[in-house]
Amino acid sequence: MAVIEVNHLRKHYGDTVAVRDVSLTVESGEIFGILGPNGAGKTTTIECVAGLRTPDDGTIRVLGREPRDPELRRLVGVQLQESQLPEKLTVREALELYSAFYPEPADWRALTRELGLSEKLGTRYAKLSGGQKQRLSIALALIGNPKIAILDELTTGLDPQARRDTWALIESIRDTGVTIVLVTHFMEEAERLCDRIAVIDRGQVVALDTPAGLVAGIAVEQTIRFRPSAPLDDALFAQLGEVREVRHHGSQLEVIGTGNLLHAVTSLLATHQIIANDLRIEQASLDDAFVRLTGRDGTE
Amino acid sequence: MSVFAKLTMTELKLNAREPVTAFFTLLFPTILVVILGSIPAFREPSDDLGGIRVIDVYVGISVLLTLAMLGLQVVPMVLATYREKGILRRLGTTPVRPVLLLAAQLAAALLTAVVSVTLALAAGRILFDVPLPAQFAGFVVAFLLSALGVFSIGLFIAALVPTGKAGNSIGTLLFFPLMFFAGLWTPREVMPDVLQRISDFTPLGAGERAVHEAMTGHWPSALSATVLVGYLVVFGLAASRLFRWS
Repeated sequence: MAVIEVNHLRKHYGDTVAVRDVSLTVESGEIFGILGPNGAGKTTTIECVAGLRTPDDGTIRVLGREPRDPELRRLVGVQLQESQLPEKLTVREALELYSAFYPEPADWRALTRELGLSEKLGTRYAKLSGGQKQRLSIALALIGNPKIAILDELTTGLDPQARRDTWALIESIRDTGVTIVLVTHFMEEAERLCDRIAVIDRGQVVALDTPAGLVAGIAVEQTIRFRPSAPLDDALFAQLGEVREVRHHGSQLEVIGTGNLLHAVTSLLATHQIIANDLRIEQASLDDAFVRLTGRDGTE
Repeated sequence: MSVFAKLTMTELKLNAREPVTAFFTLLFPTILVVILGSIPAFREPSDDLGGIRVIDVYVGISVLLTLAMLGLQVVPMVLATYREKGILRRLGTTPVRPVLLLAAQLAAALLTAVVSVTLALAAGRILFDVPLPAQFAGFVVAFLLSALGVFSIGLFIAALVPTGKAGNSIGTLLFFPLMFFAGLWTPREVMPDVLQRISDFTPLGAGERAVHEAMTGHWPSALSATVLVGYLVVFGLAASRLFRWS
């Protein structure tokens, strides 16, 4: 069942087209990633979905309703980039206040435990670190027990440990049946968390698939490196359809090719009773897929 | 407790955590009354003032001082900061409409003014025998009309400025000329006729006149009431048209 439907969304600011043509469907219970370089139109897209901006063209339905339907404010939790709180408000006060906004709020104490904020309840917002502010922001997005959580740049500013803890939290929230829309430019995050990913570039969806599907779709070459236990004629590899090139680096052999390269190579080695020592495989990653799709480096 | 009451409590708490703001808005008007009342000449009946004392007039002026500090300096700064920092935007994603936070900040300012004015009236009465407002209902009306007029201007400033700092600066720039017409430096009652006429049409001047009338036993004059309602309508409407939430 689709919980979010976006059809031919278009939005511009003055002369700048932020979103040219975005269509996507988010299914109930999935973690849906929106991936793209800076300025691709990710944030504008979700701001339209969250009812914060009015599209110039196209239609959006969230749980079957117009994005601006007041009922949705209760059903959709949103964590925005660069949304702060009053400097002298404490973590506890913020959580208690925002709990009061919802008819059936989540237990904020449990949320703060999971987000590692229990020690900081009495701390004022201005005294929190960047990561703690981010975690509080996530807590506030989840405090109303939403059916859909929209999280923009979820783990930006978090250290690697906090990032992994946050990913675990997101997965546990999804396990309770919440649909999650994740805007990110971290490949690792998208690959680890998302069931499906829409890659947005220059205001358009350039690909929409599972992480594995995106990687397979670009059919990039793989490289297998190993040290054979006995010498082997390069011509034998050349006969394999999957192999494009064989290189020697001292005792190390590098076989480059496509398709089911690993199976082809290991079968060949087995036939000749050769053992592959120090075997390493370099496969295409989501990063490669991203670069291929957008022509840009995702780590920028 | 309703969401509005909770928001208002939070705003009061946050205002109280700003020591400079809390001092000026809550205590400074009373301190002004105490200082001026300590000057012997100000405790003598004055012919220029039609037989009442300077200190009697300044208790009324302190009411406008309170409202001016809150409405022109605190409210625009706080609300523009809330927009600048995305606090209003975040609120827009919850079931609470951001306009409720504006209302809560105004309610907090009004409650602060009630406490501050009560202190100033009490200090005047206890220390210097300044009579409490002879027309008390009229005083409440004058106070509320003045608060609404001045706070509307504050909302209008908050609607126009990009940052909290800018809101405070513009509020402070307006504070001095407007407080001049309310008689902070020279009581309105002894101003030359021309200045008094001008003052009647300024928000704080009209407010001071209405408060002074109520202090001396009359209902606020139709002119003062009309001027204050005018500021409320014009600036309130303009603010509601121009206010941006993000």
